[in-house]
Amino acid sequence: MALLQISEPGQSAAPHQHRLAVGIDLGTTNSLVASVRSGVAETLACGDGEHLLPSAVRYFLDGQTEVGRLAFQAAPLDPKNTIVSVKRLMGRGRAEVEQMHLPYEFIETDSVVPRIHTVAADVSPVEVSAEILKSLKLRAEETLGGELVGAVITVPAYFDDAQRQATKDAARLAGLKVLRLLNEPTAAAVAYGLDCGSEGVHVVYDLGGGTFDVSILRFSRGVFEVLATAGDSALGGDDFDQLIVDWMLLQAGFDDDSLRGSRALLHQARDIKEQLSDVERVDVSVDCPDGSVWQSELKRDEFNQLVDKLIRKTLLPCRRCLRDAGVELEEIEAVVMVGGSTRMPRVRELVGEFFQTDPLVSIDPDRVVAIGAAIQADVLAGNKPDSEMLLLDVIPLSLGLETMGGLVEKLVPRNTTIPVARAQEFTTFKDGQTAMSVHVLQGERELVSDCRSLAKFELRGIPPMVAGAARIRVTFQIDADGLLSVVAEELSTRVKSRIEVKPAYGLNEAEIEQMLRDSFDYAKEDMAVRNLREQQVEADRAFEAVNAALAADGEVLLSVEERASIDTALDVLQQVRAGDQIQTIKQAIDRLDQATADFAERRMDASVQKVLKGHTLDQFQS
Amino acid sequence: MTITLTEKAADHVKKFLESRSDSKGLRLGVRTSGCSGMAYVLEFADKIGSEDQVFEGHGVKVIVDSKSLLYLDGTELDFVKEGLNEGFKFNNPNVKDACGCGESFNV
Repeated sequence: MALLQISEPGQSAAPHQHRLAVGIDLGTTNSLVASVRSGVAETLACGDGEHLLPSAVRYFLDGQTEVGRLAFQAAPLDPKNTIVSVKRLMGRGRAEVEQMHLPYEFIETDSVVPRIHTVAADVSPVEVSAEILKSLKLRAEETLGGELVGAVITVPAYFDDAQRQATKDAARLAGLKVLRLLNEPTAAAVAYGLDCGSEGVHVVYDLGGGTFDVSILRFSRGVFEVLATAGDSALGGDDFDQLIVDWMLLQAGFDDDSLRGSRALLHQARDIKEQLSDVERVDVSVDCPDGSVWQSELKRDEFNQLVDKLIRKTLLPCRRCLRDAGVELEEIEAVVMVGGSTRMPRVRELVGEFFQTDPLVSIDPDRVVAIGAAIQADVLAGNKPDSEMLLLDVIPLSLGLETMGGLVEKLVPRNTTIPVARAQEFTTFKDGQTAMSVHVLQGERELVSDCRSLAKFELRGIPPMVAGAARIRVTFQIDADGLLSVVAEELSTRVKSRIEVKPAYGLNEAEIEQMLRDSFDYAKEDMAVRNLREQQVEADRAFEAVNAALAADGEVLLSVEERASIDTALDVLQQVRAGDQIQTIKQAIDRLDQATADFAERRMDASVQKVLKGHTLDQFQS
Repeated sequence: MTITLTEKAADHVKKFLESRSDSKGLRLGVRTSGCSGMAYVLEFADKIGSEDQVFEGHGVKVIVDSKSLLYLDGTELDFVKEGLNEGFKFNNPNVKDACGCGESFNV
């Protein structure tokens, strides 16, 4: 018979109606799937008891694929057909991936999405990720004994729209319904139940095999807000292994650089590192090329000295992250440890010292993200009584539109909780303007050139009107996964145009960080530029309006002297507009206003007379 | 009238209950639904009502309402592994026939 799990009180499912949902940590090196069973979230193992699935996919000539450990081991033998670390390629354009110096053969296509040539087929990163997800899905369905209603998949907090969309596409391709994409640090915090605790600031310290990330989250009113992220994309457990290899070679008296990259030695180093987490000393022996064997031992103290420099290297981003987040050490409630490398006692010690609090380590740091995702998936699938937790995420960078003068008008400020919809009305700049270009931007800076362009589209069919009369409502809608759709609508005619943002190029963490930092560093300059641009746009508007009026009624209503004085004011305005003196431009606009005041009055009178002509006063009295 | 559970089942229930301070034990029951008449209920019990009977086995409280008990008398709850899948299994002597998967049954 079917095997049953214990449900929450009153939540027993009808037969065949179990709402099976999983959390998936789709990692760069390893992936995991977890689920809540009988009220406990745990990662699911494959047949041979392994929980971690190496994120490697190998393609064979007959079209078959192999995912996981075997594929990972085959990577050095069959590098062109074995794709590892595909997460780094997600949502990236071909130009970008070609700069990464990977062993794969990228082929020319019409699209900007890179395709990798393998013996089986030409595959995109999305398809490779889908293979990994398929393998996890299969494992989950076998373990849970039924079909999944959906999955929560985690992504790095700094993943942009393109990378998130690519992840969703991969899930769909694998036949998985995505209940939600969840930020990795948020998932780790959920695993420790920090979302059920008090409001406060939490740090998530994630030291994986090849990368280091630190995030500062604020939990308030049921929402995790990512205050800041920082990291080092080229620092991880592998660097610790390398240090041990270097130490071995130095002690054994080899100065042969070719041995540094030896897989056998690196493997041995990793063993030594892992053992030193539990014991005080480990015997080390190296087979020398001359046939002799060098033997020694490594004590934990010595090891700590070796690696201290590397660990301290992670504290720099931590400090920067604190500063970016504007958080004081005393405010930190908890530090969550993620990633296998945080098992090293020395890492825990130094991180604890730095944040002045004992880090949370009770959940396996390799699995904590998947476990958090599983807890969230369980809630979203409807297995909890009255959804105690409705966890929301926030957008990492502000979203806005280009307006006149190359300025960015922010519609959705960064750290807004999602899902969200925001609308704002815009208008036309020129008389008779019938189209409007909508340029969607991401970033914190004031100028278009300093932000990142996400999409551009045109709204056509605006009825010709005088400048400023048309009303165009632009709506930004971001769904629970952080994906954006933009709609522009002219309100009198209901002409509509929309776009789903699936930008072709992604930002990496460093770039996001840079963008955020720049926005603080250049805050003053940006403000000044914005003021200047606004004044220049104002000048252009005045210039346009006066010229249009002169063309219409200048001849009839103005004397030669009056005309000359207006022309002078126009000339002055045109000259100072090109400069960068805000005050001078403002004064020139004021002077033009004064010079044209009489003219404007006369035009008004003239148009009133035109209307009144041929009518008697009686007609207007009613 | 009695309900029992195997030691293996008890060990797993204990493990699950550890993380739930407000749960008093394990509730077993039946309700009408499913493809073959009756379906099992297996839940954490946060409350014990006046209609409930409490059994104890290997240190685990098993709570059953008196109506369900008619259908469950003599049942042994086991914890088994089938391939990758693992979970609880009702060994119920009252069952006459069950649906293919065994999730619902007739007495």
